[in-house]
Amino acid sequence: MAPFLFARREPPAPGAGPVIEVTDLTVMYGDRPVLWDVDWEVPAGVLMAVVGPNGAGKTTLLRTILGLVRPVAGSIAVFGRPPAEARRWIAYVPQRTAVDWDFPATVLDVVLMGRYRHLGWVRRPGAQDRERALEALAQVGMVHLAHRQIGQLSVGQQQRVFVARALAQDAWLYLMDEPFAGVDATTEQALIEVLRGLKAAGRTVIVVHHDLQTVPLYFDWVTLLNVRCVAWGPVTAVFTADYLRQTYGERASILSG
Amino acid sequence: MGFGFLMDPTFRLVATGSALIGAVGGVLGTFALLRRQSLLGDAMSHAALPGIVLAFLLTGSRDLPLLLVGASLSAWLGALLVVLITHRSRIRPDAALGLVLSVFFGIGMALLTVAQRRPTAAQAGLERFLFGQAAVMLPQDVEGIARTAALIFLLIFLFWKEFKVLAFDPAFAAAMGLPVMALDILLTTLTVLAIALGLQAVGVVLTSAVLVAPAAAARQWTNRLERMVILAGGLGALSGVLGTLLSTWIGRLPTGPVIALCASGIALFSLLFAPRRGLAWTVKSPGGKRRAGPSG
Repeated sequence: MAPFLFARREPPAPGAGPVIEVTDLTVMYGDRPVLWDVDWEVPAGVLMAVVGPNGAGKTTLLRTILGLVRPVAGSIAVFGRPPAEARRWIAYVPQRTAVDWDFPATVLDVVLMGRYRHLGWVRRPGAQDRERALEALAQVGMVHLAHRQIGQLSVGQQQRVFVARALAQDAWLYLMDEPFAGVDATTEQALIEVLRGLKAAGRTVIVVHHDLQTVPLYFDWVTLLNVRCVAWGPVTAVFTADYLRQTYGERASILSG
Repeated sequence: MGFGFLMDPTFRLVATGSALIGAVGGVLGTFALLRRQSLLGDAMSHAALPGIVLAFLLTGSRDLPLLLVGASLSAWLGALLVVLITHRSRIRPDAALGLVLSVFFGIGMALLTVAQRRPTAAQAGLERFLFGQAAVMLPQDVEGIARTAALIFLLIFLFWKEFKVLAFDPAFAAAMGLPVMALDILLTTLTVLAIALGLQAVGVVLTSAVLVAPAAAARQWTNRLERMVILAGGLGALSGVLGTLLSTWIGRLPTGPVIALCASGIALFSLLFAPRRGLAWTVKSPGGKRRAGPSG
C-alpha cells in the first residue's frame, strides 16, 4: 500500500513547475487498454477540459493521477511527486452517480468530509471546519440548504454539494469528473464562476466535460482523449475540427457548423 | 403465568447478554446496510458453522470462546472468498455470496453429523449454534460479550468519521489518502465479531436478522448517520430483551428465533408506518430522485 499521508496540518504549497507530468502511461482493465501510451503535461494555473467519447478513459485518467488505479507502464508525477504523496494537494469530485444519495447525511455532513484530511485520525471537525464548510457552501450558493437531507436535493444541487466538498479541501489541484452532468443552466453558470475563481487564485482545475459546444467558452486549455491522448494544449491551438475528428471520428462535424 | 421470572438472576443474565448482542448487531448492521453488504452478513454467519464444529472436533473442547474463535476465522474466510471470487472471476457478487453461504453451511452440517457421533457432542451442545440458545448463557459468557461489545463500540467511536466517509464515498476516501483497504478490513472484522457474538444466542441461520433488521428499522426514523447508529443499537437491544422476555413468559419457545422475530417485527412496523418514509404514507409521494448516468 502507498505510504499513508493524512496530514495533521495544512501541507506546504507545492513547488513550481508543471502540475502533472505523465509519460508513456498505459492502463489496462483485464486485457483491454483503457489508456494507451499517454504523454501529457499540465501547467500550473490552467482551467482545463478533458473531452472524449464514452470509454475514452477520462475517469481512469483522473483516478490514475490520484493513485487509485495502478498503471501497467509509464510514470506519473504530480507536483513532482508520486501520486500517493501528492494527494494532500488534490481535491476530487467523483461522478455524482458514484454514491447513494439516500445515505443518511445532511448537506453540511457531506461538505465537512472535505475537512477530514486536515484533521487527522480520531479528531472531530470543529467550529473552524464548520465555518470553512459553510463558506464553501456559500461559494456554490447552497448555504441555505446546509441542513437538508441529501436525498432531497435536485441533480444540480447534488453537483454543487460535491464541488463545495472539494472547495472545503483547500487544494492546489482540483480533479472534477463530469460536474456539469445533468445540471440546469443556473447551476452550470454558478459552477463555472467557482472554477474561474479557483483559476484566478492560481489553482489548477481539470474537468471531465461532455459538452463540446461550451469548451471554448469555459476553458482555456483542453485535452482530447480517446484511449490515446490525441492532443492537449490551449483551446485556441488544439480545439480544431481536425483533432476533434481524430478523437470522435466523423461525428465531430457537429462542431464545424 | 406470573412475572416472577423478572427478578430471576438467570433471566436477567440472559436478557443482558441478548441486549448487548442486539445492540452490537444493530450498530454494525447500520454500516453493513449502508454499504449494501447485508447479504455478506448472512453469508458470513452461515460460513461460521464449519468453524465452530471444526474447533470442537480438533480440540474436543466445549469452551465457548474457543468455539467462537473457530466461528470468526471461518466467517472471515467466507467473506474473503466472496471478495476473491468477485474480483478474480466473472461470477457476480450475489452468486458468489450464495455460493459461499451454501458451500460453507453444507460443510458445516456434514461436520456436525460427524461430531454428533462423538460421545461428548451432546454436552458440547453444538446444535444450539443452528438456531441459538440464549437460555444457556453463563455469567462468564455475558462478561465476554460485554468486553467484546465495549471494544467494538470504542473502535467505532474512534474511527467514526473514517467509517462514515468509507460508507458514503469510498473513492473520495481513498482519494484523500485514507487507507480504505485497512479500514474495510477493520469494519469487516468488527462485523465478524458481532456475528460471532450473535451465534450463541440467535444461531447461524438467523444472526443476519439481528444485523439487518434493526438497521433497516432505524433508517426509517432518521436522516442522520449518528442517530441511525444509536437508534439501530437501541432497537437491537430492545429486540434482545423483548425476545428473552417473550420466550421466558410464554415458555418452551427458543429465545433466538423469538429475538429474530422481534427485530423483524420492529423493522416491518417501521417500514410501514415511519413518518415520511413509511410505505403507508408514501403511496402518493413523487418518488426518488436517483438516476443512472453514463460513466466516462
